[in-house]
Amino acid sequence: MYKIVSKQVLNPTVTKMEIEAPLVAKKAEPGQFIILRTDENGERIPLTVADYDREKGTVTIIFQIVGATTNHLNTFNEGDYIQDFVGPLGRPTHTEGLKKVAVVGGGVGCAIAYPVTKKLYDMGVEVHSVVGFRTKDLVILEDEFKNHSNVFKLMTDDGSYGEKGLVTNALEQLIKEGNQYDEVITIGPLIMMKFVCKLTKEYNIPTVASMNPIMIDGTGMCGGCRLTVGGETKFACVDGPEFDGHKIDFDEAIKRGQMYKEFEKHAYEESCNLLKKEVE
Amino acid sequence: MPNMKIPRTDMPQQDPAVRAKNFLEVATGYTMQMALDEASRCLNCKHKPCVDGCPVNIDIPNFIHMITQEKFEDAYQVISESSSLPAVCGRVCPQESQCESKCVRGIKTEPVAIGRLERFCADYHNENNTEKATKPESNGHKVAVIGSGPSGLTCAGDLAKKGYEVTIFEALHTPGGVLVYGIPEFRLPKAIVRKEVENLQDLGVDVQTNMVIGRVLSIDELMDMGYEAVYIGSGAGLPRFMNIPGENLNGVYSANEFLTRTNLMKAYKDNSTTPIMKAKRVAVVGGGNVAMDAARSALRLGAEEVSIVYRRSEAELPARAEEVHHAKEEGIIFRTLTNPTEIIGDENDAVKALRCVEMELGEPDASGRRRPVVKEGSEFEIPMDCVIMSIGTSPNPLIKQTTEGLDTQTWGGIIADDDGLTSRPFVYAGGDAVTGAATVILAMGAGKKAAAAIDVAIQNK
Repeated sequence: MYKIVSKQVLNPTVTKMEIEAPLVAKKAEPGQFIILRTDENGERIPLTVADYDREKGTVTIIFQIVGATTNHLNTFNEGDYIQDFVGPLGRPTHTEGLKKVAVVGGGVGCAIAYPVTKKLYDMGVEVHSVVGFRTKDLVILEDEFKNHSNVFKLMTDDGSYGEKGLVTNALEQLIKEGNQYDEVITIGPLIMMKFVCKLTKEYNIPTVASMNPIMIDGTGMCGGCRLTVGGETKFACVDGPEFDGHKIDFDEAIKRGQMYKEFEKHAYEESCNLLKKEVE
Repeated sequence: MPNMKIPRTDMPQQDPAVRAKNFLEVATGYTMQMALDEASRCLNCKHKPCVDGCPVNIDIPNFIHMITQEKFEDAYQVISESSSLPAVCGRVCPQESQCESKCVRGIKTEPVAIGRLERFCADYHNENNTEKATKPESNGHKVAVIGSGPSGLTCAGDLAKKGYEVTIFEALHTPGGVLVYGIPEFRLPKAIVRKEVENLQDLGVDVQTNMVIGRVLSIDELMDMGYEAVYIGSGAGLPRFMNIPGENLNGVYSANEFLTRTNLMKAYKDNSTTPIMKAKRVAVVGGGNVAMDAARSALRLGAEEVSIVYRRSEAELPARAEEVHHAKEEGIIFRTLTNPTEIIGDENDAVKALRCVEMELGEPDASGRRRPVVKEGSEFEIPMDCVIMSIGTSPNPLIKQTTEGLDTQTWGGIIADDDGLTSRPFVYAGGDAVTGAATVILAMGAGKKAAAAIDVAIQNK
């Protein structure tokens, strides 16, 4: 059992939790993920490591309430215990040799983009971060990004905060201003990453995208997280989760992500109804 | 005197039409009278050919003799001297090609049903024994075992009995490895696996779940932590695919994923939160035991039509004869000499059909089996909404990637000698991680050999 040391609501649909898991904290690196189960009958869900404190022995996760499991997890409070917490899984983000990098995050993906932004900035790399959200209420980690970036751009779809527009607009502008990046790292919704990669391909900038497909064991056993990269089948859990963004078949990944949509919608609604009953 | 008159005692089982709709165990087990009848058929041969056929060399005539004396607990004790998992092996071992294939009674009639008798003894013990195993006195030496599948459990059990302080590191949340995530409830009830793990814990084995060795701790770190030897029983690993078009369509599973969702994640239970496709027409590609498990699970999850698609003929099916027989009884269709060439999707990228070619058998290949060759112009399509690939696995790359000096085969299997010793001193390996996909009992045999070798190596240090 793993103790929840702290819980913070970042916005109405995104929650941050710090979990006591000393062995995971000791090894975790930006880009890696963990798998958790809330309780004995729960499903295994992968969440990317948002931060870690090796001395305190804690790992921070940030999750969006999208389905039954994340909804259930959100009912847990400081001091509660979750059943299982496995990690760190996947390969860490490759940071060696980079001098100037643009990090492009979208929505809750910013939670994953932040640790690598921080690591690069602390290493002395020039970091330009571009983060995008649908609207002002959904903005997370603004100060954290600001404090660890040489250039910081915040975009909202509706213009309610920062600049109005998409992350690709801001990134293209930065490129056009003459910024030459060694690499672009993008983490967010598949459709956003697809267009970020399309843009950087035009400018020939190496781009890494962090994939978060459906997973079960997360250790290289089931093959459920497979995707096509450069015409080859790859497994996000052991070969990734980060891949060359110019080679990923995003359209296929988007369709594979939809496979259990109906099931999940139903499970989510049921879990909401259960919660309502508990409140009544 | 052996009873030469009675035929081999049939195993009682659930009616095929009934069991095809539930996940309860197919074979219900011998009654005491059945066990006595069957045991009476044993000739108690002096040269014990059956023992040579057993990968862990159980003293078979001796335990069967105990049954005839109605000393069922003693019979169990004889088995457990050699096997750590009698209730498991009695159910899933391919006895027909091991112990029973050497049985003298098999020359003229049918061999003694050794596996069924083994299961009877183990079930008798589990039902009637109230005494818990106790932890032997510690010899002060620590050994780490990676993986809690059949090979890891056996290695851990044998070492614990000798007084070693053993810790098992399991990557998943439940111990048991393939016995839990792979083999379905209807063939091996999970309560039995749980019981076997508890027995090990009573012997003092510490089982740590959620520990992915290679990530959270490396083998070198385990050594630094004071473990004097490490046994790698990390199992089969990544599923293979055929590399044909359409394999990433929605509705295409690896057998590992399909079975893991069903078994480990309990999708077979009505109240489960694990999504699984409730397909109508399912094709399972492959002919091994795992393919049979996937096909029969799909049927029980409500599929109307389930086919095994296999490129060789029925004679070459690698699955146990009993599993093929059970699958046929339940209505699984066998499309042998058939090979998929493409999975066809609909407008939503969901599986719509499987395109196949007919095959015929040509000259024998490297495996000694006749090589299947494509019949020209034989292409055809079968409508399907789910395809399960069950064509084997390649070893998990994690431990190899994170352990310096650990030699592996080009296909990824860990190189180990007969005792399980790898290219690293005091690091042993066995089971599917070394051999590639094989059987539970072979993995157990490897765990057993390695345990003995680890004991010798540590004592002679």
